[in-house]
Amino acid sequence: MKPIDITKVQEKLESFVGKEVYIHLETTNGAYASHVNEKAYNVGVYIRNAKVRFNQAKIVGDGKSYRAGLKMEIGWIYAEGLTDWELFENEKLLMAGHDREGRLMVALQISETPFHY
Amino acid sequence: MEKHVVVIYPHPDDESFGAAGTIAKFRDQGVPVTYLCGTLGEMGRNMGNPTFANRETLPEIRKQELINACNVLDMELRMLGYRDKTLEYEDRNEVAQHIKGILEELEPSLVITHYPEHAVHPDHNALGAAAIEAVRLIDEEKRPTVWAQAITNTQLEDLGVPQIINDVRDNFDKKMEAILCHQSQANGVIRSWNQSDDLSNDLKEEAMKRLSIESFYIWKF
Repeated sequence: MKPIDITKVQEKLESFVGKEVYIHLETTNGAYASHVNEKAYNVGVYIRNAKVRFNQAKIVGDGKSYRAGLKMEIGWIYAEGLTDWELFENEKLLMAGHDREGRLMVALQISETPFHY
Repeated sequence: MEKHVVVIYPHPDDESFGAAGTIAKFRDQGVPVTYLCGTLGEMGRNMGNPTFANRETLPEIRKQELINACNVLDMELRMLGYRDKTLEYEDRNEVAQHIKGILEELEPSLVITHYPEHAVHPDHNALGAAAIEAVRLIDEEKRPTVWAQAITNTQLEDLGVPQIINDVRDNFDKKMEAILCHQSQANGVIRSWNQSDDLSNDLKEEAMKRLSIESFYIWKF
């Protein structure tokens, strides 16, 4: 993946507006968080291939870390802490946030076809 | 001497970090070893350092790393096809039946797996429990021995001293070679153990501190 280019990502986000798309959304601090640090908590959320339709999409950020929000008819989807992006298989928009060791902390991915499951 | 050893862990790299020295010793003795790997570690956080994988490419990358590690350790590989982080939500009996079918075919004398409830990662606990259930369902006269591996920080207080304590410093080079096959994971995993600033840049030295003893509890049925 490469550092987020806000113009290109915004353009790609808009290409999904009004379409039925598949979402992958996750955040994690790893299954060993409280094993290697007893003061830490294990938290994580994962949803893969949720079928949604959004009518507005926006990426916002300060040049290092970004937030992306999708407005649906009856709700919202957003992710915070995104740092990198990639257009995968020419059509899937992958966005992820990595920590300084390169570990994935958060991911938001959007595609017109399902993600491999 | 063992007839056939079957290792059952959920993730590509559990075999290398957890039991590579023990596996290498069995292979040196000419004992066949088969690894039943539960998932492809699809949900791993480590993407290489520097990052070279993403959420979508990680499964295929880890599959190749797993194949490479099994080649280094000279053991047969079977992939069970579950998905990372979901094993505890599967039907325990279904997973146990799946494993039992394979064990009946291979007829091992020894099964190595994680110690349920004492193996930290939910997948470790769930697959360990399913593997032990699979062995329990086998007729007593044909039933293999089970070595269960605990990895909690409190295992000595909770379970006592393990019956099997393998010092694997003699073949640590082999173990390290297997660990390093897991290119996307090795660096991040080893570094995560040491939160302080005195981390050695020598990954092998760091690995030696924690991985030179492989210990197991003999399961009582």
